[in-house]
Amino acid sequence: MKHIISVLVENKFGSLNRVAAMFSARGFNLESISIGETEDTEISRMTIVTRGEDQIISQVLKQLNRLVDTIKVIDLTRQPHVERELLLMTLKLTKTQQHEIFELINVFKGKVVDIKQKSITIEVIGSPDKINTTIDIFRVYGIKELARSGAVAIHRGE
Amino acid sequence: MHASGQTLNGSEIFIECLRRENVDFIFGYPGGSLLKVYETLYEVHDIKHILVRHEQGATHMAEGYARATGKPGVVLVTSGPGATNTVTGIANAYMDSSPMVVFTGQVPSSLIGNDAFQEADIVGITRPITKHNFLVKDVRELAMTIRKAFYLATTGRPGPVLVDMPKDVLNASCVLEWPESVEIRGFKPTLKCHINQVEKAAQKIAQAKRPLLYIGGGVISSEASEELRALAIQQNIPVTMTLQGLGAFPGNHPLSMGMLGMHGTYWANQAVNKCDLLIAVGARFDDRVTGKVETFAPQAFKIHNDIDPTNVDKNVKVDLPVVGDAKNFLAGLLDVMPKETANHDSWLAEINAWRKLSPLTYSCEDNALRTEFVIEEVSRQTRGNAVVVTDVGQHQMWTSQFYTFINPRSIISSGGLGTMGYGLPAAIGAAFGINDKPVILFCGDGGFMMNIQELVTAVHHKIPIKIFLINNSFLGMVRQWQELFHKEKYSFTDLGDSNPDFVKVAEAFGCKALMADNPDRAKEAITEAIAWEEGPILVDFRVVKKDMVFPMVPAGGSISDMLLARLNPKTMV
Repeated sequence: MKHIISVLVENKFGSLNRVAAMFSARGFNLESISIGETEDTEISRMTIVTRGEDQIISQVLKQLNRLVDTIKVIDLTRQPHVERELLLMTLKLTKTQQHEIFELINVFKGKVVDIKQKSITIEVIGSPDKINTTIDIFRVYGIKELARSGAVAIHRGE
Repeated sequence: MHASGQTLNGSEIFIECLRRENVDFIFGYPGGSLLKVYETLYEVHDIKHILVRHEQGATHMAEGYARATGKPGVVLVTSGPGATNTVTGIANAYMDSSPMVVFTGQVPSSLIGNDAFQEADIVGITRPITKHNFLVKDVRELAMTIRKAFYLATTGRPGPVLVDMPKDVLNASCVLEWPESVEIRGFKPTLKCHINQVEKAAQKIAQAKRPLLYIGGGVISSEASEELRALAIQQNIPVTMTLQGLGAFPGNHPLSMGMLGMHGTYWANQAVNKCDLLIAVGARFDDRVTGKVETFAPQAFKIHNDIDPTNVDKNVKVDLPVVGDAKNFLAGLLDVMPKETANHDSWLAEINAWRKLSPLTYSCEDNALRTEFVIEEVSRQTRGNAVVVTDVGQHQMWTSQFYTFINPRSIISSGGLGTMGYGLPAAIGAAFGINDKPVILFCGDGGFMMNIQELVTAVHHKIPIKIFLINNSFLGMVRQWQELFHKEKYSFTDLGDSNPDFVKVAEAFGCKALMADNPDRAKEAITEAIAWEEGPILVDFRVVKKDMVFPMVPAGGSISDMLLARLNPKTMV
């Protein structure tokens, strides 16, 4: 099953590489990985989306913990958490379809970030599942380019 | 010795830090980016620098030294090719959990990333084969980084750590500040076992009818042999060991069952198959031990003590994990277990019946010289009072079978990585570390050629290692698999036509050398070699070409199904 894992690591060069290299060396699935500084500039938070049976996930968590740059590993999957991903997507824009496109952008609570004669760039924020659905729905209008941030996640507050 | 607070350059700080880490040997090779360090070393006499002839040799020497003494081995090499040549040795130390600190020179910081002369991203290259590694970017971080490197290499599960030092960092100066303590927030190994888990383990041991101790190298590295011995004898539990665990329990004790696994003893593997309680201590359920994991110790409740939690449930799902140091675990069990001796007579009788049914044996009727004879004779003459180093292959497995290991740290062998070429430099490193026992190397003719250049190092330093070259003119273990599983296609394993005359080669290096091609001559040569103290000595044992190591579990097979002899390899027991 899918797991979302939050990892606090030392904010040093090579930390991301150590984690990514460990996943590939051990043959673990890695769906997405994102990294950014936290409130403490010496610490970065990595959010990892992976898939596997319980035994594999337990190895993933232990192997992450074993890395010296890793400070804390939290499997958020079964805990209350918020999970978000950012999608940027450029679509073909034609007169006949523009109304439909604008309606759908509203449905997905997206924003137009750029518009040109023949193309429109939108942003959508949501869970990775919502992002998947968004891409599916918009595919028929002709996606010129897209970029996904990978999921970021955090515990829900007390 | 320099005092804290003095202004020193990076090279002086480097040497000063090694002093404070009580380093007595550096195995190294100079080069462009390390010129400043070697300039400093020229005046240093309290730390001995051993010049190797290939950087791979330095890493294996450092590991041999570490395995023989328990202290971390130290390597010093230059950037680029010097650094990349250490990769195999680092990987070997990583797989076998040997403490080692490798210092590499690096091109000046300003040139990093520019494909500079002799530049290699050694930190990137060695990330997956080190416990951790560092690039020092500022001379002010050098002392703390070295402190951390030694701490990481020797704390918890030991392993290799690499420190990459750019040329400008070694030239720059700063005030030496030696950190009295070291704190790494992401590194807090569990040393003390949870008492509840230890108590549960003790209960299981008390209830077991057919218990078995499965001992790995962790017991050696945590110096827990005494506790193991006390527990096994008090609870009357038979002990089987992995290649790295040999010597943790005396091989001449009736409770010792020798090695388990692919080339383990028949009775040890049968005992694994039939035991109702398996107590794994400092062992990691390697595939060469377990064979087919689904049928490994099928009837047993499995207790697994390991200092590295990633080893738990990695290959074999266990019933009771106990994370922590082996010494702490075994001492904890001794504390809580009842003191009266347990009775497992019927279980021990069963094991002895297997022992009688299929003992370790070899043919000696034809007066041909066999590896087993050589090893057994060395074992007899040294009575276990030696450090035995092996290379990789048939002779290595025969050593596990026919040499009786009595003391911990008496076998040094490349287990996890199986590195041919390991033996000679590892033996030299071991001999630098200890001088109260002979250091004996068993090495095949294939592996000997892989790091033969280090013979010069041994000769130059008059290192009295006994090089027992097991020369069958074949890559014997590969040949064995070709015969058994690859239609007898002896593809590129026959070295008969191309091997040099090893006696002449050794003599050209300045090493005393003998040759033996029959059992009587072999006996004399062994005696002569053990008595020879003036430097290394090589004996070229011309053994029969086509012998195979038995018993054997075919790869992926169940360890209860061993091939017992060549004559009828299809007979499964």
